[in-house]
Amino acid sequence: MNGNEGLLQLKGVSKIFGRATIDEVTALDNVNLNVHAEDFMTIIGSNGAGKTTLLNVIAGVYPPERGGKTIINGKDITNLSEHKHAQYIGRVYQDPHTGTASKMTIEENMSLAMLRGQARGLSIATNKQRRDQFCEALAPLGLGLENRLTTQVGTLSGGQRQALALVMATISQPSLLLLDEHTATLDPKTARIVLELSEVIVQREKITTMMVTHNMEVALRYGNRLIMMHKGRIIVDLSHEQRKNLTVNDLVTAFERASGEHFADDTILLSTADPDEKPDNEQ
Amino acid sequence: MDVLVNLLSASFYEGLAFGLVAIGVYLTFRVLAFPDLTVDGSFALGGAVAAILIVNDINPWLATVAALGAGLCAGLATSLLNTKLRITALLAGILMMVALYSINLMVMTGRSNIGLLRQVTVFDQVSQFLGIDDKVTLSIIFMVVLTVIILVILNWFLRTEIGLALRATGENEQMVRGLGGNTDMTTVLGVSISNGVVALSGALIAQHDSTADVGMGLGMIVMGLASVIIGEALFHPRGVTAILLAVIGGTFTYRLFINIALRYNWVSAGNLKLITALLVIIALAIPYIQKKMRHEWVPPAARM
Ligand SMILES: Nc1ncnc2c1ncn2[C@@H]1O[C@H](COP(=O)(O)OP(=O)(O)O)[C@@H](O)[C@H]1O
Ligand SMILES: [Mg+2]
Repeated sequence: MNGNEGLLQLKGVSKIFGRATIDEVTALDNVNLNVHAEDFMTIIGSNGAGKTTLLNVIAGVYPPERGGKTIINGKDITNLSEHKHAQYIGRVYQDPHTGTASKMTIEENMSLAMLRGQARGLSIATNKQRRDQFCEALAPLGLGLENRLTTQVGTLSGGQRQALALVMATISQPSLLLLDEHTATLDPKTARIVLELSEVIVQREKITTMMVTHNMEVALRYGNRLIMMHKGRIIVDLSHEQRKNLTVNDLVTAFERASGEHFADDTILLSTADPDEKPDNEQ
Repeated sequence: MDVLVNLLSASFYEGLAFGLVAIGVYLTFRVLAFPDLTVDGSFALGGAVAAILIVNDINPWLATVAALGAGLCAGLATSLLNTKLRITALLAGILMMVALYSINLMVMTGRSNIGLLRQVTVFDQVSQFLGIDDKVTLSIIFMVVLTVIILVILNWFLRTEIGLALRATGENEQMVRGLGGNTDMTTVLGVSISNGVVALSGALIAQHDSTADVGMGLGMIVMGLASVIIGEALFHPRGVTAILLAVIGGTFTYRLFINIALRYNWVSAGNLKLITALLVIIALAIPYIQKKMRHEWVPPAARM
C-alpha cells in the first residue's frame, strides 16, 4: 500500500440522476478526495448536498459517471459490483432496518457479517467457535446482546439494532467504515451512546472512517478531519490542526465564504437541544 | 371406516407428493420473497421430461433425475431474466410459464398427453424391490422416504453459509450486498432449486398416475400457496425445520379437505381450482381486514 496516496482515492467522481430528463440532478460534481489510512473524517452538508450519494458510489451501490474512479488500497474498484466493494467496506445506514435482518436472529445476522470478504460455502453458518466470537464482539457494547444470540433482531430497539449493525459492519475488519447519519433516527440519549460506541470501535480497530452527520457539534467533536459538501461538491476540507479550535459559528462562516451563499439551512442542526452539547464529565 | 382410511391414505400420499410443490413455492414466495409463477410450467415440464424418456426406454430413475434437472434449468432461466435483464420477478415467471407450455409440447413431441400405463416406473421398480404389491402402501412409503431425504437436505442447506445468505436475501437484499453477499447468485440458486423440486414432483406424480399431460401444472402455484398458508396458520412454525414440516402438514390438510369435499360431492372436480383460489383470496384478505378493523393504515399493494 502506498502510504501517502491514501487508503481511498476518488478521482473525478460525478453522479447524475435522471440524465436528460426534467428531473436531472447532479448529485456529485467532479469530486476528488483522498482519505488517508486511519483518518476519521466527518462529513456535513445540507439536505441533498450529495453525502449519501458519495457513500453509495464508494460502496458500489451504483458506479460514478464515466471517467470517475474509486481506488481503495491502490486497487481500482470503480466497476466492481456492490458485494465486491463490500469486502473492503463496512457500512451502517441511517435506518436500523437497512443494516440488519429483522426476522433473523442476532447470531444469524452476525454470521452473515462475519463472512464479509470470504467465500460463502456449504458449512453450517453458526457454530460454537463463531458464537464465542460473537459474544466477544457484542459484550463491549454493554447491552447484553451477547446473552441473546438467538433473539430475533426485530424485537430489538432502534438503538440496539444500530449498535448491532455497527458491530456487524466492523467485525470482519474492513479497510473503510462508512457511517451515514447512523444516529439520526435515534433519541438524543441513545444517539449519544451509539456515537461513543462508534468512536471506541473505530479507535480500537483502527478503521479508516467516513461519518456523515447532520450535527455540526458532532462533526467538530469526533474524528480528525472534516469536510463540508454543497451541491455535489466538497467546499470545505479541514485537517485536524485546522479544525481544532473551531466553533459551530466558525463553520457557518466557512460555509458562507466557500459557497458564496448565506447560511439559511435549518436542516444543519445547531444542536442546542442535544445532550451532545453538554460535555458532562469528560473533556 | 374404510372410507376414512381411504381418504386419509390418499391425502397422505398427495400431501407428500404435492408437498414438494408447496416446498418449492415456499422457497420462492416466502424465503426469497420472489413470487415465482414458473411453477405451473416447471411442474408439467417435470412430467413431460420423465414421460418422454420413459417411453423411450430410458431408466425411470434416470428419467426422474433428468426431470429434476430440467426444472432446475427452468428456474435458472426465470431467475436470470430477473437478475441479469432486470425483468420483475412476477413477469419473468409468467414469461417462462407461457414459454414452457410450448416447450413442454415440444418435449412431448407434439402430443398433449403421454400414457405410461405399460411402462416401468420408479414406483414399479420399488414395488418389485420391496415386494409390496399394494399401490397405496407402496406410494406412501416411497414418498415418505423421498420427502424425508429432501427435507433433510433443505434443512441442512438453509443453515449453511450460502443458505443463510439466501434467506437473508429474501428479507433484506441491501444488507446482504452490503455484507459482501452476491444476491444475484442466491436468487438464481433459490429459484432454480425451487423449480427443480417442483419438476421432481411433476415427474413422480406423472409416473404415479401413469400419465403426463401438458396441462397438468395448471393451478399448481395457487395450490402450493394454499398449502403454505394453511401450514403456517395451523402450526405457527418457528425455525427452518418447523416451517418445512408445516408446509408438508399444510399440503396434507389441504388435500384432505379437497378429497372430503369431492367424496361427498360438496364440490365437483371442475370447481376445485375456483375453490382453491377463493381459499387463497380469503387467507390473503384476512390480515388486511383485521388491520382495517383495528384502524391501522395499510399501504396500497405493490403493482410490480
Ligand atoms: N436514486 C436517486 N434517484 C434520483 N435522484 C437521487 C437519487 N439519490 C439521490 N438523488 C438526488 O441527488 C441529490 C443528492 O442526494 P443525497 O446524496 O441523498 O443527499 P444528502 O445525503 O446529502 O442529503 C438530491 O437532490 C437527491 O434528490
Ligand atoms: Mg443522506
